[in-house]
Amino acid sequence: MKVLVAMSGGVDSSVAAALMKDEGHDVIGVTLKLWSGSDGQAPTAGCCTVSDAEDARRVAAELRIPYYVLDYVDDFRDGVVARFVHDYASGLTPNPCIECNRTVKFDRLLKRLDDFDCEVLVTGHHARSREIDGFWHLLRGADKAKDQSYVLSMLTQSELSSTRFPVGDLLKRDVRRIAAGMGMRSAHKPESMDICFVGDGDYRGFLEEIAPDVFHPGPLVDTAGNEMGSHDGIVGFTVGQRRGLGVAVGEPRFVVRIDSESATVVLGSRDDLLVSGVELCDVTWTDGVGGTGGLMVQYRAHGDPVAASLAGSTLMFEEPQPAIAPGQTVAFYDGDEVLGGALITSTNL
Amino acid sequence: MIYLDHAATTPMRPEVWHAMTPFASGVFGNSSGVHDVSRRAKNALEEARERVAAMLGARPMEIIFTSGGTESDNLALKGAVWSPRDRSGVVAVATEHEAILETVDFLRRLGSPTALVNVDSEGFVDSEAAVDATGPNTAVVSVMLVNNETGLIQDVGAVAEAVKRSDSDVYVHTDAVQGFACEDVDVGALNVDMMTITAHKFGGPKGTGLLYVREGTELEPVLHGGGQELGRRSGTHDVAGAVGLARAMELAVADRERFRSQIGQIRADFEKRLVAGIDDVVLNTPRVGRSSHHLNMRIPGIRNETLLMRLDQRGVAASAGSACQSGAATVSHVLEAMGLTPAHARESLRFSFGWTSTMDESVEAADIVVELVEKLR
Repeated sequence: MKVLVAMSGGVDSSVAAALMKDEGHDVIGVTLKLWSGSDGQAPTAGCCTVSDAEDARRVAAELRIPYYVLDYVDDFRDGVVARFVHDYASGLTPNPCIECNRTVKFDRLLKRLDDFDCEVLVTGHHARSREIDGFWHLLRGADKAKDQSYVLSMLTQSELSSTRFPVGDLLKRDVRRIAAGMGMRSAHKPESMDICFVGDGDYRGFLEEIAPDVFHPGPLVDTAGNEMGSHDGIVGFTVGQRRGLGVAVGEPRFVVRIDSESATVVLGSRDDLLVSGVELCDVTWTDGVGGTGGLMVQYRAHGDPVAASLAGSTLMFEEPQPAIAPGQTVAFYDGDEVLGGALITSTNL
Repeated sequence: MIYLDHAATTPMRPEVWHAMTPFASGVFGNSSGVHDVSRRAKNALEEARERVAAMLGARPMEIIFTSGGTESDNLALKGAVWSPRDRSGVVAVATEHEAILETVDFLRRLGSPTALVNVDSEGFVDSEAAVDATGPNTAVVSVMLVNNETGLIQDVGAVAEAVKRSDSDVYVHTDAVQGFACEDVDVGALNVDMMTITAHKFGGPKGTGLLYVREGTELEPVLHGGGQELGRRSGTHDVAGAVGLARAMELAVADRERFRSQIGQIRADFEKRLVAGIDDVVLNTPRVGRSSHHLNMRIPGIRNETLLMRLDQRGVAASAGSACQSGAATVSHVLEAMGLTPAHARESLRFSFGWTSTMDESVEAADIVVELVEKLR
C-alpha cells in the first residue's frame, strides 16, 4: 500500500514512518509548514520549527523514503490561528491542536491523498483504529498515559478508513526504544507541550502581538457582581485560571466565567467552578449516527472520563465537574472506544 | 533520473574536476606564501584570473574571486553603498534574485534609500522606469541579465546606458549567474561596472564565483582581513575553486553555440509537447527575449507542489523556481511582480535544461508530465 506519513520530526511520527516502511509499504513522508512568525520566518521554538522539519528530513533520509515539506501556512493562519484569536476574543478557551487536526491534517491533507497517489494517511497519534465488518472503531492508545484519542474524537468513518495510527498499539517507552534502536536523533527529544505557534506558552503575549485590537478593558467582578478590579482584555483568560488575576483576597479566587459582551471576568471560589452540565455544538459521531443517554465523557486532553447523560445538545454530568472552559472539546467514550466528540459552547453554572 | 533543474545547479564537467584536483593536495599552498608550493598555487590562481578576465572582456585586476553568486551580489551592493563615496542609495529590479533583494532590504534597514523597479507582465523592465527610480544619492543599480525563474533576458546594456546617461556616477551591477551558459557575456557590451558569475550554473564547482569590478569603481570590502584580492575580498584563496571556475567558463564558452542550438531545441521540443498535450498551459517565460534553457509555465488547476512531488516519484527533477529553507514551495516573488496572483504562482513550475540534457530524456519527461497532469486533473 502507498501511504503518506505526516512527520513532525518527533519520535512518534518518526517511528510511525519506520513501522510502515518495515511492513513493506511504499512510504512518503511529509512535514506541514504551518506557521511563519511575524517576520515571515519559521518559528524556532514549538512543534513546527525549522529544526523539527530538519529532524523529520533526517529520519526520512535514513529510512530512504521520499520526503517533502508542504506549505499550509495560509490554511493554518486563516483557519486555526484566526479561530484561536476569535475564540479567545469571544471568551472561549480554544484548543488549536484539535482545530488543526480537524481543518488541516484530517481535512486538507487527507483530501490530497490522491495527489500523492497514496491510499492512507499515517500519523503518530497514540490511538488505535480497527476495522470490523467494514466499520471503523477508534480506540484509546495502548499506552493509557499517552492516549491521544481525545484529540481525534471528531473523526468520522470516511476519515478513519483512510487513516492509520501505527504507534497506537505501542507503549511510549517502546516507541522510544524502537527510535533509539534505529539511531534516531528524536528518540530522546522532549515532548512538545506548547501550542506550536506560541512557542513559550505565553498566549496573552502572542495575542497582544497578533491581535491587539481584540483587547478591550473591563471589570473583574465576584459572583455577586461586585467589582474587584479591572483587566486589559478578556483575551487570554481561561475558566479555572488562578494566577495572574491581579486581585489579592484571602481565599483562592478563580476565573469562573467570562462574559465577552460586557468584557467581564467573573471570579469565584473553588466551589463556584463546579458545573452540572454543558451545552454542546458541532457534535460528531464516529459511526455517523450517534445516540443519546448515558455515556462516559472526557473534557480535557489528560482528564479521567466521567459519567454523563446526553439529551439533545445538553450534556449533564452525574457529578458536578470543576473548571470547564467553553471552547474546549468533549469526547464521548464507551470503555476504550471513542464514540464521538463535540465542542462546549457554554456551561450551566 | 531525468534532471530538469539546471537553473538550480548543474553537474560538474569531468574536465573541471580534473583541472581542480592538483590543488587539493599536491599544490595545496596558500597563495600568499613565500615558498615554492605557494608560488605554484599563486601562479595557477593568477593564470585563472587572466583566463577568466579575457573571456569577459575585462582586465585581470578587475576580477575578484568570491564564494559564489550570493557573496558577489552582496559585495556589489554593500561595497558600493559603504564605499567612501557620498552615495548610499540602492535600486534593484523587483524580479532580482533573493541575494540582491534581501541585501537591498538589509541596506534599507540600515538607512539606505532603496527602490525596486517594477516590471511588465512578461517581466521586462523599462529603462526609463529604472532611471526614475534613481536619485541623487543612488550608489548602485542592479539589473539581472537572465532571470533565474523565467529565463527572461533583460536588456542590461540599454538599462545601464539610460541610467548612466542620466547620472554617470551611478554604478550598474548585473547578476549574470543564469546567463553565462547561453549568452555572450562581455562587460563592455553590457556597459556594467560590476557583474556576478558563479561556476556551478554551468558545469563548475559550487562555492566559487567572481565579481567583475570595473577599474576605478570604489568598493568597500564586505570581508575584511588579510587583504587578498587587492584588499577587496580577504580570505585564503580557494585556488582549486578559481581554477575550476576558469575551466568551467572555458568549456561553457566553447560549448555555447551547441548549447544555444541543441539545448535550445530540446527545450523547445519539450515545451511544444507540453503545450500540445496539456490544455490551457500558460507560459510565464516570454516568447521573445528568453534564454535557451529555461521554461516557466503555469498549468491551471494543478498545484506546483503536487506535480513536482509526483514528478520526483517518477524520477523527474524539476522546480517551482523558488523554495524556502525548509523546502516548502513558496509563492514566487518574480511571478508576483509580473502580476500573477498567488494562486496562479502556485500553479507555475520551472523546467531548466543544461549541458547534459538529451532529446531522449526530454521526450520521456514530457510524456511523464502530460500523463501526470491528466491523472491529477
